[in-house]
Order: sequence, then structure tokens, then C-alpha cells
Amino acid sequence: MADRLQVNPIDCTGHGVCAELLPQLVSLDEWGYPLLDPRPVPVALARDARRAVAACPALALRLTRVEQPAGATRT
Amino acid sequence: MTAAMYESGPAAPGAARLPRLLPASPEGLHAHLGRYGPLPYRGEAGLLIDDVAAAGLTGRGGAAFPVARKLDAIARARGRRKVIVANGAESEPASRKDELLLRLAPNLVLDGLQLAAEAAGATEAHLYLHGTRPEILRALSERAARQLDRTSVSITEAPPRFLAGQETALVSRIGGGPALPTFQPPRVTERGLGGVPTLVQNVETLAHLALIARYGPRWFRSAGTAAEPGSMIATVYRPGAKPYVVETELGAPLAEILGAGPEVQAWLVGGYHGSWLRLPEAAGLNLSNESLRPAGAAVGAGVLVALPASRCGLAETARVVRYLAAESAGQCGPCLNGLPRIATALAELAGPRPRRQARDDVERWAGLVTGRGACHHPDGTARFVRSALTVFAPELARHANGHCSATRAGPREPFLPLPASLPTREEDWI
Amino acid sequence: MTSATAFWYASRATGIVALLLLTAVLVLGMLVNRQGRLPGLPRFAVGDLHRNLSLLSVAFIAVHVLTAVLDTYVSIPLVSAIVPFGSGYERLWLGLGAISFDLMLAMIITSLVRGRLNRILWRAIHLLAYLTWPVAFVHSIGAAKDLQQGWLLGLTIGCALVTGAATAWRLAGAARQVPRAARVAHVFARHDATTRNQDPRQTRQTVSR
Repeated sequence: MADRLQVNPIDCTGHGVCAELLPQLVSLDEWGYPLLDPRPVPVALARDARRAVAACPALALRLTRVEQPAGATRT
Repeated sequence: MTAAMYESGPAAPGAARLPRLLPASPEGLHAHLGRYGPLPYRGEAGLLIDDVAAAGLTGRGGAAFPVARKLDAIARARGRRKVIVANGAESEPASRKDELLLRLAPNLVLDGLQLAAEAAGATEAHLYLHGTRPEILRALSERAARQLDRTSVSITEAPPRFLAGQETALVSRIGGGPALPTFQPPRVTERGLGGVPTLVQNVETLAHLALIARYGPRWFRSAGTAAEPGSMIATVYRPGAKPYVVETELGAPLAEILGAGPEVQAWLVGGYHGSWLRLPEAAGLNLSNESLRPAGAAVGAGVLVALPASRCGLAETARVVRYLAAESAGQCGPCLNGLPRIATALAELAGPRPRRQARDDVERWAGLVTGRGACHHPDGTARFVRSALTVFAPELARHANGHCSATRAGPREPFLPLPASLPTREEDWI
Repeated sequence: MTSATAFWYASRATGIVALLLLTAVLVLGMLVNRQGRLPGLPRFAVGDLHRNLSLLSVAFIAVHVLTAVLDTYVSIPLVSAIVPFGSGYERLWLGLGAISFDLMLAMIITSLVRGRLNRILWRAIHLLAYLTWPVAFVHSIGAAKDLQQGWLLGLTIGCALVTGAATAWRLAGAARQVPRAARVAHVFARHDATTRNQDPRQTRQTVSR
């Protein structure tokens, strides 16, 4: 079971709630947008991560199963 | 710049095997079929894919993704409806290859579209391009008269936006909305146009596919390298020459295409999301990802530039980045905030005695935008910017002292082409 | 005091508290949208409070309705809590109460399944909050004559003023929103070496971090 944090950058408007609830894995850049730890979420933080996902006012944060890196998109 | 400037250029390296795709003048359906033979439908979905896999065809739209894999993904996808799109919206201001291909050999592209549709099991086909050309319409009506096309083709016009050719923006536009990227997942191969699996292929890729279907994978591999077989169409900019489009083998020495003499300051490979390369260090590189990747570059969509020594690389870069920033969809915070700031700082670096802080800011912002958008626009821009800071580092030092190596004083046209108008209203994206 | 009177008082009291809670929920919702803060509290508190108080107000309205139904002095069928104008007694005012309760339930249920719902649909239903509150307000002053005098009138007017001011603030935020096609130009125009964070996608006013 490996989940990673992911954010939909189009929905995200920089509320910053995720960084507050999950400071171990999320920090904010100079414009208020989340910088996510790309590694799998440690088991100890899984509950906090789910809470952060639920608390996002824009529902932009999500936990996804580990998948392959995004392939080519410019075709 | 008119289309006439972009004629097929001088004979490319390995000329005996080329050109494959570009005839000397536009060909109608009769001439096309006379030259290449009939359209070789296989009669069943999936049959062509093995040949395409054996040929090792990769996408010619910039990402170089293995075509057989994409075809297979669509062919295997569940569902009755599947869509295929021929992407002719090259969007990159410096690229003219798709436009020329569609003008000279539209039937080759349309053949490829039909064959790929059959192989993938697509039920509808689309052609997406900037401005419908009479050659396309004529080709489609000629084919209709002969009932050549088994999957009907609809044409959608793309707005003149840099992002218009991006996969999800394309799906959005064809679906009737603006050409704005959307977040993936889901990938368009899973849920694209109308929520069904959608295969997007560059028009040049489809042209190659149309020939593989006729002549086979061994023929395709007779040009290019083992790892990167085949030919590709490049748009070339050189000092003292008009820009031109040329078909060349993959793996050809870049020095033969671009020249590496004293009149050339640096190379730009891969267009405005590509990388600057320092000379003479890069002079031995070939037009292949195998050769370019270790140098931090990639073939991309084949835009190749040899920057004249008389130009200021920083000024050219700053102008392009201003354009790239203006072409941001403005949907994602990091891209929206980072790109205009990078552009402003680069403009400062391109001028005399910039603040010391400006260069550090650009580096920091380039790092901040990378990988944090819904599409790869910020990533590509950051790559272009970083390569400029590296390659033109001596120029940065000169500007810090109030000098510039650009020798031609007075107003003149910039070397790298850019469109005159930038998007300001919602309608500019439709 | 008879049990009927006790139910009557309980219904009135829970109704007043529900109105106060609803006012708070609406204002907190606007605060979330404009990325505002409650002094001394972390960011997540605004959204948490908004959600929790909305659920609490449903609880209070449930008691408010039940006690009104159990009050034998007048005859109010239970179903009229959600079916508007199903009561013979004070048909109009109670009908409005049912409408506002229905709207509240729609907002809360769609919010509970928000992840599975189309974004635009969720937002459209949630915007009904701006209809829910006035309807609840009119229900309150119409159904409870004692709100129309004394300190309860003061309370009622206070709720209206707070809602009005917050709504004006919310509308001002919407007016300041930069349309997507103009955002890049906005960043170019507002950005210089000294200012930070003039992001047109963010609705809070503060610039300094």
C-alpha cells in the first residue's frame, strides 16, 4: 500500500489548509501554493493525510496509488 | 513570414533515401495513389500494430512516445466508441513542418489517419489544425468521391495558442470548449473526447505510419539509427538564410544541418521548450535523443536554430519567454505566478547592469514552476530558461558590466520568430 | 406550565439558536471562500467550524421541528417539515421553514458526497445558501411573533446586519476576481521587484506573508 499526495493545480487556489494539517509533507511556496513531498506517505501520517485531503476547501488535494511517471503528453 | 519561405530545403544527409514524406509540390489524390499505391487497409482492427512496433515508430509531435504502444492501448480499451485525432496544430511559432506536410502531402496524413483508426478500432476521426487549408478540403472531397475513407473525418480549427496542440487542450477544443489544458488523470487514452478513449497523433507521425503500412517495418528502419529509426521533418533557422523545412534522417550530425562555424554562437534544439546548446562543445552531437539527452536536450518537434554570433542570446531568450508567459493558460498558481516573473527578470538580465538578485530569482522560480502545472508548459519554459542561463553565462557577465556582444546596433527583426498578437480575452482561446 | 407549553418554548428557543447558527454558518462559508481567517485560529478552523456548525444547526432544527409537532396546542404534521405548505397552521410561514430546511439538506448531502459529484453541480447547489438564509429569516419573523419586539428583535436585526455586511464583503471579493484570460497580464502589471504575491487567483486581500 503506497499512496502519494497529489494536487490538482487547476482547482488549487492556495488556501493553505493542507500545509497546516500536514506540515511534515506539505509546505507552501512564496505564492501560497503547496509543495508536496513526492515520496509515498508514511503509514504514521496516513490518517493526517486523509484528514488534509478531506479538509481542502477546493477538494484539490488527493491521495493516489503509486503509478508510473506521467508519459508523453505533447503529441 | 509567409508559407513560401518554408519550402523544402536543400538535400538532407542520406539524401538517397529521402525525401519520404515531402513531394516537391502539392499532390492531389490521383498523383498520391500513383506514387504510393492504394491505401492498404488490413480489414481488421489491430493488425497494423505489430508492423508499427517492429518499425519502432515514435511520435513526431515532440514527445517521441512509441506509437505502437499508444495504438495498442486504444485497441485494448473497453468501450464501443473510440476516437482518433490527427494533431496538425503545431502551435510552436518556430515550427512549420506540419503546415508544410499538410499542404504538400495531405493524402499521406489522411491515409495514416484511416489506417490508425482501423488499427485502434476508432469509430470517429478528427483533424485538428490552425486554419483549414484548401488542400485539405480538396483532399477530403477527392477521397469522399472515391469512398476511400472508412472512418469519417471532422475538422476542428485550433486557435493560434501555444498550448492549443496540447493533448487535453485539444480534446477540450474539439469538444466545443476553449483550448485549455485539463488535469490528468484521467489520461485522454482512457477518457478523452466525450469521455471515451482518444488517440492523439501528430500528422507527421500518421504520414510515416501510412508508409510503414505500404512498405513495411524493414523499409522504415533503412533510415535513421537502430534506436531511433526513420526520418523526420525539421524546421531550420541559420544565419544569413531564410528559414526552411527539410526532411532528414534521425541520427544525422547537427553540424551538417545547422553549421558550427564562427558565424554561429549557439544552437537551440527542440524549439521554445527545448534547450540551448553551447558551441563548440555540442558540435559533435547528432539529431537523436540518444545523442542529445546526455547534453540536456531532446529532438522535440524538430525545430533547429543556429543563433548568429551577432545576436544577443539573452535578448532573444527574454523575448521568447515573455511570449511563453503570455501564452500560459493562467489556470495553475505556480505557472501563472512564476512565468511572468521569470520573463520580467529575464528582460532585466537582457538589459544593461541588471540587479544581482535577478539571476538568482530566475533560477529559483524556474525550480518552483517545474512539475507543478496541469500541463508541461512551465516545465518546458523552465528548461529553456535554464539552458539559456548556462549557455549564455558569459553574456550575463558582459551585461553585468554594461556590455553586450550583439554587434548590430539599431532596430532590426529579432532572430527567433514570434507571433505579433498575444491572447487577452476568453475568445482568443477558442 | 403544561408539557404543551414546554414544547412551545423549546421550539421557540431552538428556532432562535438555529437562526444564529445559520447566520454563523453562512458567514463562515463566505470566509472560507475569501480565504479569510478567524483571529487567533489556524486556517483549517474556518472550514471545520463551518462544517460542524452546519451539522449542529441541522440538529437544532430537528429538535425545533419535533417539539413544534409534539406541541398539542396546534396541529402540525411531521411531514410538513420537509414538504412545504403541508401544514394547516400558519401555512405560509411554516412552508418557508420547510423550504429552507430542504435547501439545507440538499447542501449538506451534496457536500457529504462532494468527491463523487460534478464540481459545477456541487457549487451551484451550495450557492443556494444565499437563498436559504433569507427564506429561513422570513420564516423566523413570520412564524414567531415574539421576534418582532424586545431583545429578540435586536437579535434578529443583528443577524440581518451581519449577513448583509458579510454578503457585501463577499460580493466585493467576487468583483475583484480577475477573469482567467486576464490573469497573466494582471501578474505582469502588478509584479515588480519589491512586491510579493499579487496573485489574482487568490481571494484574500493580504499581501505580506
